[in-house]
Amino acid sequence: MDFQVVVLAGGSSKNLTPLVSKELPKPLLPVANRPVLSYVLHQLEQNNLKDLIVVVEGEDTALVVGAWISGTFIDRLHVEIAAVPEDIGTAGAIRAISHHLTAKDILVVSGDLVSDVPPGAVAATHRRHDAAVTAMLSSIPVSGPLDSGSSGGKDKAKKLGRYNIIGLDPGKQFLLHIATGAEIEKDARLPKRILRAVGQMEIRSDLMDAHMYAFKRSVLQEVLDLKDTFQSLKEDVLPYLVRSQLKSEALSNRTPQGEENGNEKVTSQNNQVFVSRILANSSTPSFHDHSSENPDGSASTRKTHKCCVYIASSGSYCVRLNSIQAFMDINRDVTGEADHLLTGTSSDPNNNIGPSPKLGTKTTVGPHCMLGEGSEIGDKCQVKRSVIGRHCRIGSHVKVVNSVVMNHVTIGDGCIIQGSVVCSNVQLQERVVLKDCQVGAGFVVTAGSEYKAESLARKEK
Amino acid sequence: MDPRRSARTVSDPKVRQVGFFTPAAPPERSCSDPPRQQDLIQPQSPSSTQVNDHFRSGDSLSPVMIPPPPHHHSDTLHRTALQVTSPKTAFSYSARTVTIPTENDDVPSSLSPSRKVVAVKSPSSYPGVRASSVPASELTTVSVVNLPPGISEKAGGGASVEVQNDRPVRSKSLKEKTSKAERRAMQEAQRAAKAAAKAEGTKASSAATKVVTSANTKPSKAAKPSSQKNDGSQFAASEKKVGDRAPEKDRKKDAPHPRMQYDDTSRVEKAKKRAVVKQTEVRNRVELFRHLPQYEHGTQLPDLETKFFELDPMHPAVYKVGLQYLSGDIRGGNARCIAMFQAFKEAIKDYSTPPEKTLIRDLTARISSYVSFLIECRPLSVSMGNAIKFLKNQIAKLPLALSESEAKATLVSDIDRFINEKIIVAEKVIVKHAVTKIRDGDVLLTYGASSAVEMILLHAHELGKQFRVVVVDSRPKLEGQLLLRRLVRKGLSCTYTHVNAVSCIMQEVTRVFLGASSVLSNGTVYSRVGTACVAMVAHAFRVPVLVCCEAYKFHERVQLDSICFNELGNPDAISKVHGREDINYLDGFVNRENLQLLNLVYDATPSDYVSMIITDYGMIPPTSVPVIVREYRREHLWS
Repeated sequence: MDFQVVVLAGGSSKNLTPLVSKELPKPLLPVANRPVLSYVLHQLEQNNLKDLIVVVEGEDTALVVGAWISGTFIDRLHVEIAAVPEDIGTAGAIRAISHHLTAKDILVVSGDLVSDVPPGAVAATHRRHDAAVTAMLSSIPVSGPLDSGSSGGKDKAKKLGRYNIIGLDPGKQFLLHIATGAEIEKDARLPKRILRAVGQMEIRSDLMDAHMYAFKRSVLQEVLDLKDTFQSLKEDVLPYLVRSQLKSEALSNRTPQGEENGNEKVTSQNNQVFVSRILANSSTPSFHDHSSENPDGSASTRKTHKCCVYIASSGSYCVRLNSIQAFMDINRDVTGEADHLLTGTSSDPNNNIGPSPKLGTKTTVGPHCMLGEGSEIGDKCQVKRSVIGRHCRIGSHVKVVNSVVMNHVTIGDGCIIQGSVVCSNVQLQERVVLKDCQVGAGFVVTAGSEYKAESLARKEK
Repeated sequence: MDPRRSARTVSDPKVRQVGFFTPAAPPERSCSDPPRQQDLIQPQSPSSTQVNDHFRSGDSLSPVMIPPPPHHHSDTLHRTALQVTSPKTAFSYSARTVTIPTENDDVPSSLSPSRKVVAVKSPSSYPGVRASSVPASELTTVSVVNLPPGISEKAGGGASVEVQNDRPVRSKSLKEKTSKAERRAMQEAQRAAKAAAKAEGTKASSAATKVVTSANTKPSKAAKPSSQKNDGSQFAASEKKVGDRAPEKDRKKDAPHPRMQYDDTSRVEKAKKRAVVKQTEVRNRVELFRHLPQYEHGTQLPDLETKFFELDPMHPAVYKVGLQYLSGDIRGGNARCIAMFQAFKEAIKDYSTPPEKTLIRDLTARISSYVSFLIECRPLSVSMGNAIKFLKNQIAKLPLALSESEAKATLVSDIDRFINEKIIVAEKVIVKHAVTKIRDGDVLLTYGASSAVEMILLHAHELGKQFRVVVVDSRPKLEGQLLLRRLVRKGLSCTYTHVNAVSCIMQEVTRVFLGASSVLSNGTVYSRVGTACVAMVAHAFRVPVLVCCEAYKFHERVQLDSICFNELGNPDAISKVHGREDINYLDGFVNRENLQLLNLVYDATPSDYVSMIITDYGMIPPTSVPVIVREYRREHLWS
């Protein structure tokens, strides 16, 4: 279908500080005991997209991620890994691999996307409208644990930061305005031309940019070449394209015409005009066409490009793992309501829900839990809505609620863990109480200590 | 309609049957035509024989669909069955035929090189990156889809990767070494397996993969555990391949008959199984139109979109056009036809003949599969049917000696020629003819938005003629507004009204110009719904009705009503008014048992109400249409 797929896997994310580390970069952060990147890769594989470029920040990270991919997806995907320097942003990452992009359209997917929205839908919308860029929007997920009110206030504060302000045309097909990040706080500025052309605009704040884009390659490369200060696709490139959609001087006017002229050598120029007029007259004009024609009817030379959106249906699941809260939510959802993301995907057969490796007496494991292979749980424990990794040792009288415990964790007797993330190789000694905490890898929590809403990590040496 | 029916003497049951158009249409057909038609057309009998000839010879050449090449599917079935069985037979045979050992060797050997590549490559290429540290970065291949060479250029397609790979060697060795008795035993085994595969019916392909897995897992049990994963993934790959291919073949073979009677539930079920586009049928359909396809709108597009990357055999250009048909982005006979041909042109340019196949046959089958995909998106128009007929005929006529690139170039230029001659030049000729019928002071009425009529009006305006235009429009598409917009911008003086007011406005009109989707051989004009109404009102007011239609849209079909062939649009479009939220009287009633919504797309205007048809062959009375049809066919299909 002439699409090239670029997965922006990222590297170490600051938002997830205690969870990710040099050894465990963000793409490999386990969600329900599988690296988060595997969700994206698997989804692409299911959609028959087997030629991928995975862009990773930092060379060491790239080595780790590459090793994992080659171990898991060998013979199934054709993956090429590109290491880019850290902190050059998403746009910089694309710029770095720009010379490898050859297909007509590029599908850019964020590596931290956990979703069941088919990428084909985005691509099809893109193709149908012959757009310069198509962004996928999804409704903002319900954040925060369902039944624990404890972290409710914090959720709201975090959720606010994620809002996008998005302007759509009445048909909900074109993107007219997008404000992300810091821009949300400022006054929204709209080009008058767009408003005049569309007539009516719908402003939504309940949609989230899911960071899956289809770009026309020529447009993307040209923008990246021209504007070398652009750092991020989401905050620079996309808003720029949206802003300039009715007055794109350099963009997209050369390429389509060049192609068409090449194709139609046989028919004379006159007939070419005729054909295009028939086609244009019979299709429903978008506002782009209205704006590009002068009042006297002659089509002006001003060029336009289209910025389309694909809005994921409300029934589909689509979340980005870009904060600790999101990490908790995704873990909860994937083991719970969105468990179809897991079925049939297991890269190794031990990743299923609710196998009881070794449970002590009177230990209860509630629904929506996941226990990795080789984990042992002592007597009279309670596990609710939690994910427990492989080879964990949990003593007796332990309560784990709404938490994520990664691999090789040792939990002493009488611990209570609520709403927390416990990374790999952590040692919790007896009677530790954790509430809404994040414990970095390899940390040792001394016996009897109590923490609430704290982030514990080893000092970097 | 009623008064006219009774006035007509020829409401003959035979004619009605012809309307349904079975391939073996009786030759008496032409005799049942009204006698005055025979007066006009002298060489009637040859034409009728030609018509019949045509039916029989080209079973592929019906106007709206292309039936599939009949032998393809069975062929593949046969082949897969053969291939699947071959390992088995070899297995049961003798150690001489080497299958199991090679297969067993194959697994690790195919695995190890790629592993090696990873291990060697990744460290070696990283230093390069580190040294440069400029944004430009290198790609490292970490994971490779490890396919044996056979699969990449798979021709007929084997059921399994490995089996296909081994096949030539094995079959050769079999031929050389086996004794007569052994060969017979092998034949029998193959036959048995074939029968088994047939018994599986349409699920043959899945069965084939199953057999393959069992064949695969047997050796891997003995092999070390690391090879198991590899094995499984290879199976997954082979399954994908089979899954991809089988539907394509299916589609080619059993493209849904465009004239399928959709009230025949068993056939509908069958067709649905094959369909690419998921089609949910609307429950409440109007009794009279049950035989037409009617789908739940809004379910097709998302479903098709999600399959974007999964439809391997579909060319992207064709896919895009299909999407545009489905979503209504492209409409109008000429535009759809041009868009389709441009997509086919792209597809032909990218086409390469698979080995062991001939371009003529394979490309025809390929085009057929595209066409059946397009039919699923939206039923073909007559113009598209004729255009496809032309293209297939051109493919069939290609000399065998032509090289592939030459053949492709020929076809592309043929397509260009068709668009050029049949659409563009034809419209120019029509405009030239029609402008002579416009005089100063005329009031011209048009309905909907016909590209030909628009050209005529614009050209007449450019010539400086003084006239006024009445644009009549109708819900729900309101295409007239687009036409109106373009006309007003050019400075024409226009009146805009809806079709319900047509009787009032007709008093001042001096000519009616109408476009047409098709003109049928009994002079019936098949066009946008509402055209018949306008033509009848004009007839009652004694206003001449001029239909502008390119000759490539003419068709030999005879149709007396607009019931047996039509297209149903989205019923929601008429139950809701766009932009008027307050008109919601039907909310919640749409799924009631006793409410049936009918949104017809086309209607048929009887020739009695048409004064003249303006076509690229000149201005003709509707009774002369068969001559044009015949001449057209002689020129383009038999030349």
